[in-house]
Amino acid sequence: MLSILYQLWLRQMKRFLRSGLRIIMGFVQPLIYMVALGYGLNSVFQRAGNGSYIQFIVPGIIVQTIMFSSMFWGANIIFDKQFGFLKETLVAPVPRIIIMLGNSLGGATISFLQGIILFGIALAFGFRPANWSELPFTFLCMAMLALAVVSFSAGIGAVVNDMQAFVAVNNFLLIPLFFLSSALYPLDHVPKIMRLIASVNPISYHVDAVRTSLIGVSHFGLPLDMAVITIVLGLFLYFGSYRFNRLQA
Amino acid sequence: MRESIISINNVTKRFGNLTAVDNICLNVFQGELFALLGPNGAGKSTTIKMLTTLLKPTSGTLLLAGHDVVKESHAARNSFGIVFQDTSLDEELTAYENMALHAALYSVPKDKAEGRIEQMLTLVELWDRRKSLVKTFSGGMKRRLEIARGLLHHPKILFLDEPTLGLDTQTRNMLWEYIITVNKNEGMTVFFTTHYLQEAESVAHRIAIVDHGKIVAMGDAAQLKEKTGTSSLEAAYLQLTGKQLRDETLDAAESSRERIRAFRRIRNQ
Repeated sequence: MLSILYQLWLRQMKRFLRSGLRIIMGFVQPLIYMVALGYGLNSVFQRAGNGSYIQFIVPGIIVQTIMFSSMFWGANIIFDKQFGFLKETLVAPVPRIIIMLGNSLGGATISFLQGIILFGIALAFGFRPANWSELPFTFLCMAMLALAVVSFSAGIGAVVNDMQAFVAVNNFLLIPLFFLSSALYPLDHVPKIMRLIASVNPISYHVDAVRTSLIGVSHFGLPLDMAVITIVLGLFLYFGSYRFNRLQA
Repeated sequence: MRESIISINNVTKRFGNLTAVDNICLNVFQGELFALLGPNGAGKSTTIKMLTTLLKPTSGTLLLAGHDVVKESHAARNSFGIVFQDTSLDEELTAYENMALHAALYSVPKDKAEGRIEQMLTLVELWDRRKSLVKTFSGGMKRRLEIARGLLHHPKILFLDEPTLGLDTQTRNMLWEYIITVNKNEGMTVFFTTHYLQEAESVAHRIAIVDHGKIVAMGDAAQLKEKTGTSSLEAAYLQLTGKQLRDETLDAAESSRERIRAFRRIRNQ
């Protein structure tokens, strides 16, 4: 089973490395957020006595990069359906959960690497982690986020056959999940209703965990963050494999 | 009594109000070359999809080498190879990588896989192109690669869903030569659908004709001609299924594949 997982993962790596443009395009949006918001709002943020805004939003932008790129992973499932390759895996004597996992591990690796590269770019822009020794923990949170969202998206891709519908569903989910999380602003001074929404938004906990380990600023506390992150990962893995199990062609 | 390797017992498949396959029974024997013929929308592809575990029947049972395709799908999947109506290759991978991935999915040990991949790619005359991305292949090359891939893991049964659609005569001829060779040498059972009646007549040991989800006739080509009092299989076929044109209803996934097919035809010209 491990070698099948590896081969399915390898397939995604090869495909990704051969698609030059896709690699670059993934960074455009997060970079704009980082530069436009980071520099644009830095002085306002500082004047309000909250320190450097760039330091504050880099964790949010890392989460955004991973979340957005992972969320579109399901498009690959739809392409595999339309170009027929999915059928090759569905008739193979391999449990569907392995097919789904191999596929998702590939997608998660790609999103995770994009997150790492964005972190590298942020360093070049002057971002500095408060504590370098906590970096492995940051990476763990990033990897868990990538696998969770990729599995979720793969599940959606298994249900939806039509690319336009898939993109519509994604945009419907992504924009509120990102803007109504703690990615762009501290939750301490926002209206109560926004704080409430942000605290039922699982992305806030991912941002919080990454932010805590990178710059030592926490809102919910790490134990709660990790509990939410683990539960979300479990649920989404279950959702993805459930949808793959029910796939018919 | 010969042993039946494919057995379809009272199988029905409904999609909403539409009954695609209507209570069919069918046995295919070990080592047979069996053709399923019928107009568009008659239920051929639905039958193959149910046999290959891609669709669950509404009622009835299907057995492959003694394994129920729903209850023992894993064992059933181990027993067959398939060449789909549309390509199911990963076009961003090379021919060799597609073969290697297939070998992994079917747990062919690595040392055996290498030799077998070389053997199969040589057989379909693609060994020299093994390092090329599949997207650079013509339609005929892709089909040859799919056949090589379908045979890679020594399946007991090979399903072919319109394997020669859109191919030139040379390629068609060659494909059947490979398939007949493997059928003879390894005793592999072949179950195929086609719209080319002369193909069915020259290749198949037995033929079933389906229409409106039901089997309307079964036997070898001579028997079908005799039954209908006609002199060619085509005349027998038209007498059994009528001359009316059929329109297939497409679901969303099928219609997007249809668009891709149309796009490929234009590109390949």
